[in-house]
Amino acid sequence: MILTGADIVVETLIEQGVKTVFGYPGGQVINLYDALYTRSGRIEHVLTAHEQGAAHAADGYARATGEVGVCIATSGPGATNLVTGIATAMLDSVPLVAITGNVPNSLIGKDSFQEVDITGVTLPITKHNFLVKSIDKLADTIREAFAIAKSGRPGPVLVDIPKDVQVATFPYEPSLVVEKKLPKPAKHDKLKAAVQMIAESQKPYIYFGGGAVSADISEEIIALADKIDAPIGCTMMGLSLIPVKNPRFLGMEGMHGHYASSVGQDEADLIITIGARFSDRATGNVAKYARRAKIIHIDGDRAELNKNINVDLGISCNIKNALQRLIPLIGETKHPEWMARIEELKKEEHEQFERVTAKDRITPYALIQEVAKHTNPDTPIVTDVGQHQMWVAQYYPFEVPRTFISSGGLGTMGFGLGAAIGAAKATGKKTVLFTGDGSFGMNLNELATAVTENSPVVIIIMNNKVLGMVRQWQTLFFQKHYSNTDLHTRKTDFVKLADAFGMKGYRVNELSEMESVISQAFNENGPVLVDVAIFEDEFVLPMLPPGGSIEEIITERSDQS
Amino acid sequence: MNEERYVIAILVDNQPGILTRVASMFNRRGFNIDSLTVSATEDSKYSRITISLTGDESVRSQIVRQLRKLYNVKEVKVMERDKSVYRELALIKLRNCPETRQEVLSAVDIFRSKIVDFSPNTLCVEITGETSKIEAFIALVEPLGILEMCRTGVVAIERGCSYLNSETSL
Repeated sequence: MILTGADIVVETLIEQGVKTVFGYPGGQVINLYDALYTRSGRIEHVLTAHEQGAAHAADGYARATGEVGVCIATSGPGATNLVTGIATAMLDSVPLVAITGNVPNSLIGKDSFQEVDITGVTLPITKHNFLVKSIDKLADTIREAFAIAKSGRPGPVLVDIPKDVQVATFPYEPSLVVEKKLPKPAKHDKLKAAVQMIAESQKPYIYFGGGAVSADISEEIIALADKIDAPIGCTMMGLSLIPVKNPRFLGMEGMHGHYASSVGQDEADLIITIGARFSDRATGNVAKYARRAKIIHIDGDRAELNKNINVDLGISCNIKNALQRLIPLIGETKHPEWMARIEELKKEEHEQFERVTAKDRITPYALIQEVAKHTNPDTPIVTDVGQHQMWVAQYYPFEVPRTFISSGGLGTMGFGLGAAIGAAKATGKKTVLFTGDGSFGMNLNELATAVTENSPVVIIIMNNKVLGMVRQWQTLFFQKHYSNTDLHTRKTDFVKLADAFGMKGYRVNELSEMESVISQAFNENGPVLVDVAIFEDEFVLPMLPPGGSIEEIITERSDQS
Repeated sequence: MNEERYVIAILVDNQPGILTRVASMFNRRGFNIDSLTVSATEDSKYSRITISLTGDESVRSQIVRQLRKLYNVKEVKVMERDKSVYRELALIKLRNCPETRQEVLSAVDIFRSKIVDFSPNTLCVEITGETSKIEAFIALVEPLGILEMCRTGVVAIERGCSYLNSETSL
């Protein structure tokens, strides 16, 4: 059948299994929006308040499901507004397809109205991008974009389509959903080398990251840990893959990781790393990282091997397949001394926690526990970026993979609200957004989207009236020079703000109110906001100073009044 | 680790913008390029980018792996020095005056290069060879007054039955 380019784009999206797209119309995508209009029964479009919100929503949609998220923006400012969202997806390897309109081919390069070379702009922050100059390649390019986005190590792909290509006509033939290409299986001799190293280890430690979530290997990791009697730690991006209540699971390690997890990793003699990339936030000072340990690194991306840390055995492969083949090759072992040491570290960690956590005020810990009383194991838990994010990463009792949705690599403040709307749309489930007053202030315009969509998003603002994470650094490393991190002069009333956007807002000032207000908020249908006042000098602990090593771990405040 | 000079040959789709993608990867990850050439190949679907650079073994393998991740890159190969032919071409414009002419002509002769332009005041030498040969020639004629110079950068091909083509692709 002969269709216009705009129709072909939308038909191809439908053909590739896309049910929802997030976007914002504009001059160079009017044709595309017309094609969406006439197909509104077959594909849903969510109008956001800003293109950045659309990119984060598509990202949240993708993280919650593992499916490719799709966002649409017009040329020029529409396209550049996607940039932060695309970079966020890139750093966390999220499958995303961004479609932008551009000025007609005849006007490209002439600094036309709302013209931007968006493939040039996004070149370093996409897995790949395309400028589709002629209609004969349009459908196949979009299919290719989906294939690239979800294959191997997933990532964002941008497809830029000039207006005349959307207007032109061409035959369209439906095609199958493109296949997700997986990395090659591991070589047998590499697996045998791993078996040998595991057999020689007395203190093995299993360590996984976002690649493990993407490969969906919670069962394999637990089976491996049980067989070799090892504790399990993870990066922030790995959270929610292994249930927090699993006794082997020590939680996140790294800059704000759990004490037992970070120290356990330091004391290990073998670190079996699965789908993690040794980010500076996870390793601290690389020269002092894992000095006592040999490292096995199993990853889907060959370029990650020996990139940040030199490893003793690197295996680039399909990691699920590799673990499934590795586990039967390993003999069952026990390491009672090592596991006893781990228990000791967990006890120390608990004692530290008891010492530093106040009981007489609304602590982030108490708030998170209170919220967790109202959630289900599969409730998506979304965060913004900053102290609140670390507290959620440390304390929330995750049980089901893909329920922790957070910007790790890029650390994008303002990610949360869009992502929560996307996650709620993808799962159809009540979704929790933990945010801070700083992060929330960045993209709170998306409340309009949440109201329009009646998104079941419970927004918990940990409001300390400061940019808490930077303030913590200023307290520790900059002699309390609180340069531009004090927000007390802002008089924003978040409850009235919620009202202005047409949704319910609540406030919690006192510990005594917390239980009933949180409960009320969870009884609302649709979006609801709870502004919770917390102490401005609450610290995220423990903390490994940036570029520091395990000896420099800060477990309590020395300056506390 | 030892810093070494080496040459990487990259087979890429013959499409606009590929050079930018390759160069951008080097820029973004902080790898320095000594020289870069792009050329046609035996198959019009592909172009060949030859990059010469300096770095240790870990940089080298990281560059190869990062290049292989680029969508339009079909094959990447380090051209081992002892198994490959390296060539570079330079055009060098020199002052043409009676006092130095004989010296220039004998240098041209010794280096098996040739004179491709000769005018009352200038002459132009074309020299082909490995980088070291070209640099030796430049060092020799520099005192005689180089007016202008351009070089192609290194191209390289493996000796014998090794090929770089899409058949051997990743």
